[in-house]
Amino acid sequence: MSIQNHMRLEFLSKSQNEAFARVVVASFAAQLDPTIEELADVKTAVSEAVTNAIIHGYEDKIGNVIIECSIQDNKIEIMIIDHGKGIDDVEEARQPLYTSKPELERSGMGFTVMETFMDEVEIQSLKDVGTKIRMVKRFESR
Amino acid sequence: MRLSFENINKGLVIKLDGELDHHTAEEIRDEIDREIEHYGAKNIIFDLSGMNFMDSSGIGVIIGRYKKVSKMGGEVAVVNINSRVERIFKMSGLFNIVKRFESKTQAVDSL
Ligand SMILES: Nc1ncnc2c1ncn2[C@@H]1O[C@H](COP(=O)(O)OP(=O)(O)OP(=O)(O)O)[C@@H](O)[C@H]1O
Ligand SMILES: [Mg+2]
Repeated sequence: MSIQNHMRLEFLSKSQNEAFARVVVASFAAQLDPTIEELADVKTAVSEAVTNAIIHGYEDKIGNVIIECSIQDNKIEIMIIDHGKGIDDVEEARQPLYTSKPELERSGMGFTVMETFMDEVEIQSLKDVGTKIRMVKRFESR
Repeated sequence: MRLSFENINKGLVIKLDGELDHHTAEEIRDEIDREIEHYGAKNIIFDLSGMNFMDSSGIGVIIGRYKKVSKMGGEVAVVNINSRVERIFKMSGLFNIVKRFESKTQAVDSL
């Protein structure tokens, strides 16, 4: 089955873009006629991945965050990509309550939130190269 | 994100209106801490009736404030929590440290 729609968004890793990113993805997803609840799931997951790119991927530096979304039938695939420092141990990072930055009041729940609200979450990461999060959500309402 | 404060007895009601994410968390954290100190508040009550978005950054804000007031024997409560925010609270175990009440007055009276 082929991809029916696609978009790509690139922005600087500034925290004011977190709200921008989740609104853009939600607007793109709206063509699948999701419920308010499903749309809120997508917004929250996008917010988590973008925030991680900004605070963990780029830390104090500024880089580009890229979002790519594809639509196929009732399903949206969302990729969130940074070229930051990468994740040392992906399995550890996925654990609920694991955080490498407790001093910044992070709770280590970001990946757990993504996994709860999306149907699939995959992490690809390479140290000093970057991180790519692939998430899929199927809208059952259709 | 808009913040408003109301001091009732020894409790400080903190009303959060808008979206709580990493960006807005950075904006409000210090202001909340200043108000807690200014009022010498023992207990704090978050009124979440106007909070229409929260991600894991919000969990950090709540836990951080809990650590602050619990050092002085204070407690943290929430009122008017919507079902989405409730899910995130449950997921992260926040209800183990944060009490929930039906109304501000009930929270102030019970803490
Ligand atoms: N894009 C990324 N680049 C580098 N490291 C990352 C990235 N995303 C996540 N991590 C690592 O994975 C850990 C877990 O991420 P997760 O989002 O679950 O928790 P957190 O961001 O630390 O806390 P919270 O999301 O609750 O505020 C992070 O602490 C960080 O070490
Ligand atoms: Mg996170």
